[in-house]
Amino acid sequence: MADAQQFCTFFLNRLFFGVTVEKVQEIIRYHEMTHVPLAPSEVGGLINLRGQIVTAIDLRQRLAMPKRPNTQAPLNVVVQVGEDTISLLVDAVGDVLDVDPKYFELPPETLTGQIRTLIQGTYKLDDQLLLVLDVDKVADITAN
Amino acid sequence: MELDEDLKAFLLESNENLNQIEVDLVALEQETDSADVMNRIYRALHTLKGNCGFLGFEILQSVAHAGENLLSRLRDRHLIITPAITTALLQVVDAIQQILATLETTGTEGDSDYTSLLERLEQLQAGTTVGSELTTPLAVETAEELDDNEPALITSSATSISNRNIRVDVVLLDKLMNLVGELVLCRNQILEYANNQENKSLIDTSQRLNIVTTELQEGIMQTRMQPIRNIWSKFPRVVRDLSLSLDKQVQLEMEGEETELDKTLIEAIADPLTHLVRNCVDHGIEIPSERLLAGKPEVGKLFLRAFHESGYVNIEIADNGKGIDAGQIKIKALQRGLITTEQAARMSEQETLNLIFSPGLSTAEQVTNLSGRGVGMDVVQTNIDRIGGSIDVSSQPGQGTSFKLKIPLTLAIIPTLIVSSGGERYAIPQVSLIELVRLEGDQAKRGVEMVHGAPVYRLRGKLLPLVYLNQELQLDTKQKKSEPDYTLPSALTDMEEATSALQESTDEDEIDVLNILVLQATDKPFGLLVDAINDTQEIVVKPLGKQLKGLSCFAGATIMGDGQVALILDVQGLAQRAHVISDAQEASLLAEGLSQTQTDIERQMLLLFEGPNGRHMALPLDQVTRLEKISSSKVEGTYHKHVIQYREQILPLIYLSSVLANQPESSPPPMTTDETIAMVVVSVDEHNHIGLVVENIIDIVEEQILIKGTASQPEIQYSAVIQNRITELIDVNAIIRAGAPALLQTAS
Repeated sequence: MADAQQFCTFFLNRLFFGVTVEKVQEIIRYHEMTHVPLAPSEVGGLINLRGQIVTAIDLRQRLAMPKRPNTQAPLNVVVQVGEDTISLLVDAVGDVLDVDPKYFELPPETLTGQIRTLIQGTYKLDDQLLLVLDVDKVADITAN
Repeated sequence: MELDEDLKAFLLESNENLNQIEVDLVALEQETDSADVMNRIYRALHTLKGNCGFLGFEILQSVAHAGENLLSRLRDRHLIITPAITTALLQVVDAIQQILATLETTGTEGDSDYTSLLERLEQLQAGTTVGSELTTPLAVETAEELDDNEPALITSSATSISNRNIRVDVVLLDKLMNLVGELVLCRNQILEYANNQENKSLIDTSQRLNIVTTELQEGIMQTRMQPIRNIWSKFPRVVRDLSLSLDKQVQLEMEGEETELDKTLIEAIADPLTHLVRNCVDHGIEIPSERLLAGKPEVGKLFLRAFHESGYVNIEIADNGKGIDAGQIKIKALQRGLITTEQAARMSEQETLNLIFSPGLSTAEQVTNLSGRGVGMDVVQTNIDRIGGSIDVSSQPGQGTSFKLKIPLTLAIIPTLIVSSGGERYAIPQVSLIELVRLEGDQAKRGVEMVHGAPVYRLRGKLLPLVYLNQELQLDTKQKKSEPDYTLPSALTDMEEATSALQESTDEDEIDVLNILVLQATDKPFGLLVDAINDTQEIVVKPLGKQLKGLSCFAGATIMGDGQVALILDVQGLAQRAHVISDAQEASLLAEGLSQTQTDIERQMLLLFEGPNGRHMALPLDQVTRLEKISSSKVEGTYHKHVIQYREQILPLIYLSSVLANQPESSPPPMTTDETIAMVVVSVDEHNHIGLVVENIIDIVEEQILIKGTASQPEIQYSAVIQNRITELIDVNAIIRAGAPALLQTAS
């Protein structure tokens, strides 16, 4: 597995997702957020990450999934997108996985909707599928 | 002592040159025929001499000149360098240094005598061997003397200009600025923590930290500030060259050159400003014959103005030329396919004007080689946008065009007012804040009136449009419930309780307190209603991520003392957002509410007061700035005048008794033992106010004046029956004319 890729994995609505580790800065537990009025619904709020103000994107909203139950606090996967730092709100965090590129496949044709544009492809793991998120596209939200 | 900029620059440069000469002279002694070194010395001394002549320092010039002569002989190889010559030249350097030091401390060259030095130089230059033999031992002597002098020179120059200035990499300054920003945030957090503690030494230390941080912050900011003059100083030349080549006559006027802004911003706006100036001369101002035809003076005017407002640096570039023809822009834009015919028909005038910022549109009939050069107005806008600024254009056909730029102080740490609404805190830049109005109890219930759905408040007789922050930001609690914030399970119940409590309090129509922030939008003020006003705080503006850049209501975000993030409101953006609604409301109001306003026309807000001899008097409330009760001991007299110190100004007083009842001003009017006197502050113009001293303030009423009688005195406009009493309405201008004519003159 010389050219294996490493993914930081997490769960959203029981689906298994991954982001290349190069993009991930850190993972932190739930952080109090400041609500941003008038912002797109995908924006969960702003968090203070050691003096830096980081926009948190609610991945459930972004991927058009049902809302997270109120009792469940999300975790922050802090990623670097270009020069920006953003946080992705996820349900739970998994391990960092080494994955062989030979298991990669493009998303199935039947996958439609919002989620398709944001997913680069899937890795067929032994017990489940790992969906790889395109972080740049996920961060591409604009407010009017 | 204060040195002017030229002299400072001269001292700085000369000291640098001298240091170089000194090093080179010593090197020359060891390596006698290095032409390079010789030339370098010669050039440096020559430059110095030239500068002296330019600035009119004769002694300095004569010394430098003598040294230069000797050097030129050496350079041309008429003389060979000897220790004597080197010593003499070093003495020249010393002499110059001495004069420069005197110049710096006293501003004059001093009266030291250098004739002996000059003579020796003369001799050396003539190449008299006798002289050189004679001077050799002397030179050694003086060299020893020099050794003694040297430490003294060094200490005296410790504070000299060359030692007080260093070049610093801007990157380092940027880093310092960022660190100070972080420090300010830490300071805020520590202060908040310390204020809840009992430990005295912690409180003291945190207070000290507070002061030091503030000073540090000011210092660092200061290092980065530069006056806008740095850009503007090249405009007279640009305008001159351009107008000459176009056969136009343009007079350039500049105001506010001292306005300082951050260095990076200065650099960023230099090109856009130059482009705008060129554009105004090239496209705006007409040729003299055309101007004469239009009935305007031959010489066109270009006006630059810079000032600080609302936390922005405002720059205006205006000309009194032909203005922009909106129709022509539409045609051009249609030709270029920038807009469709349908769009063109719908576009308002302002929207049309804004088309000049779209790429590929030039309104000039013919493209000149001076204007443009590849940068269009679109590039100007892009550049201004990049630094978070804005540009607006307004134009009156035949009257001229004006561009208004707003450059933010993104790097700045700004004072703000922290308010809360809908359970969240927001920071409002204090610069846009005019005043705070708090209404309680009955006033709160009756204070807000509706004009066809638009809430307004009567602020000193004028209608102030109101904006509810929670509505504008869609913060109503109902929405909050359907979209709850993610909260930790333990905190969740509290949160829900809090929101439901909040909802209850708003659902009940009983409002106890209204907090109105009177804010300055671009042209007129408006009132912003918030739930609570917390306190004032210095904050560091942090930009929002690109996902939120489009939200015009927010200027950025900051970190509060408790570590939470708070959004900074953009007052202009908020006003614009609110106006979208109010414009439509205004229009519909105008359409159907005309009859109502007509009946209202005669109703006036009046201030009733008691004048001299118990006369009832009144004055329109909109002329009144403030009502004050002052202690009579505060009244001070200048020549034939009474004044008080009022809000850091000197406020002239006019005693109505002396104007209307002919009691002489010099013998103080009836205030003698009375402790307080009632004063009505009225504004003469934007800058000048005056205090009218009255006997007693009675009331503020809204009256419909139906019965008017003639006036008994020129300072009275008319008399009327108000609240069943004959009341005289005073004419403020006439009273000022009678009581303080000088003030009107300065005002006009």
